[in-house]
Amino acid sequence: MLKIDNLHATVGETEILKGLTLEVGAGEVHAIMGPNGAGKSTLSYVLGGRPGYEVTQGSVEFMGQDLLDMEPHERAATGLFLGFQYPVEIPGVSNVQFLREALNAQRASRGEEPLSGGDFLKLAREKAGLLKLDMEMLKRQVNVGFSGGEKKRSEMVQMGILDPKFAVLDETDSGLDIDALRIVGDGINTIMRDSAKGVLLITHYQRLLDVVRPDKVHVLAKGRIVKTGGPELALQLESEGYEAVAA
Amino acid sequence: MVEAATLPTTRDEDWRYSDGEYLTSADPAELNHWRMIEVPAGETFREAESYLSGQTMDRLRVHVGKGGRFEAFATIAGGKYSRVEIEVTLEEGAHFEFGGVTLGGGDKVQEFVTRTIHAHPNATSNQVVRAVQWGQATGNFLGRIEVARDAQKTDAAQNFRAILLEKGASANTKPELEIFADDVLCAHGAAIGQLDEQASYYMAARGIPPEIARKLMIQAFIGDAFEAITDDALRERMLEDTLALLDTEAV
Repeated sequence: MLKIDNLHATVGETEILKGLTLEVGAGEVHAIMGPNGAGKSTLSYVLGGRPGYEVTQGSVEFMGQDLLDMEPHERAATGLFLGFQYPVEIPGVSNVQFLREALNAQRASRGEEPLSGGDFLKLAREKAGLLKLDMEMLKRQVNVGFSGGEKKRSEMVQMGILDPKFAVLDETDSGLDIDALRIVGDGINTIMRDSAKGVLLITHYQRLLDVVRPDKVHVLAKGRIVKTGGPELALQLESEGYEAVAA
Repeated sequence: MVEAATLPTTRDEDWRYSDGEYLTSADPAELNHWRMIEVPAGETFREAESYLSGQTMDRLRVHVGKGGRFEAFATIAGGKYSRVEIEVTLEEGAHFEFGGVTLGGGDKVQEFVTRTIHAHPNATSNQVVRAVQWGQATGNFLGRIEVARDAQKTDAAQNFRAILLEKGASANTKPELEIFADDVLCAHGAAIGQLDEQASYYMAARGIPPEIARKLMIQAFIGDAFEAITDDALRERMLEDTLALLDTEAV
């Protein structure tokens, strides 16, 4: 589904990704782990098309299309979901309004009819229930006044409603307590564990991987994948540290 | 008050950000014409205007009787130069509510000028003005609040925020507080900025194209100015009228 080949990317004058190659097939969940400054977040920003991140070499193919050639909103419409490490507050815009606009924009680009207000609320209620999130939160302004945990759960509800084909989740587990971590992990399993979908999970910790069992674990260091293995690699990293495993 | 037949210039404080070209060629009769509104004691009067096209020079002189309430909501979106000016005198316990939006590009100059006179005790006022400008356009808010010596327990608030969508656009604000009483609350705030790029990107990452993202953010931004409209249908109409102009005119 996602095929990254020899990707080089810079922020300002600094090269952060230095030849990253990675392929995630349909029905697979891959985890990327790595020390601070390895380029984990940069990878998610480049995949999402965030301004300020420049690709200098290499290619990214998503669902058979050139991902890097698309605008950020076109990437989303093609089925890419980017979970933010720091979800952004949008004062004055409610979650309901935000998500309905997002879903209908995506539907429009696929040539589908927009969802009516009633149908949208039905869908939102269903997905919020799935993630044990009350509807009141959806009426609030996007992420305004949300706690860290609420923001991350809200990201999961967004993912549930938008129903993407592929999710890149950037440290979705950071700042979560144990209960919230389980809710988020279960959310990923419920929404994304599907033979036609894929997930790239960027994380620091083993805890989330206990809930979302990855098919493959990659170690990212100094802008490249230095080691790839099964779930046992994450356990080895947890006990021995990046230095020992990735050296 | 007798109005002088002469025309103001941009050297006059109250006209300093106005369109100088207009002032030199204006019709003194039009410029010096004031609409008079008398709000009887205990009653509520509401003005809601959308100045969506053409040049506007609308000057209101309002007197609000004891315990009365005057509400004014306006959008300025048309014309090369548009000015809406409100002078309101509040008797004891009266309230003045004002919400204004200027929205425009090109070389438009759009301004709200208010003079709120708290003449007697316990009167309150609340003013919220939002400006959205692009091109070489200018949005202004000059707000003077006068609190007379015996107007104790006055509670006056004024808030101005501007978003400049492009380099070259500008916004000016001049809050003026003249307070002669000692037991009063007067609050004012002003901020000029740009659309939040982080929020734009966040919306794009969820599939919202830039032009819809911008519209959503502007809608939320100018919504503040109409928040005090209790009539839902009117509030929605004011918002829709204003936003429709964004579709047809903005870059």
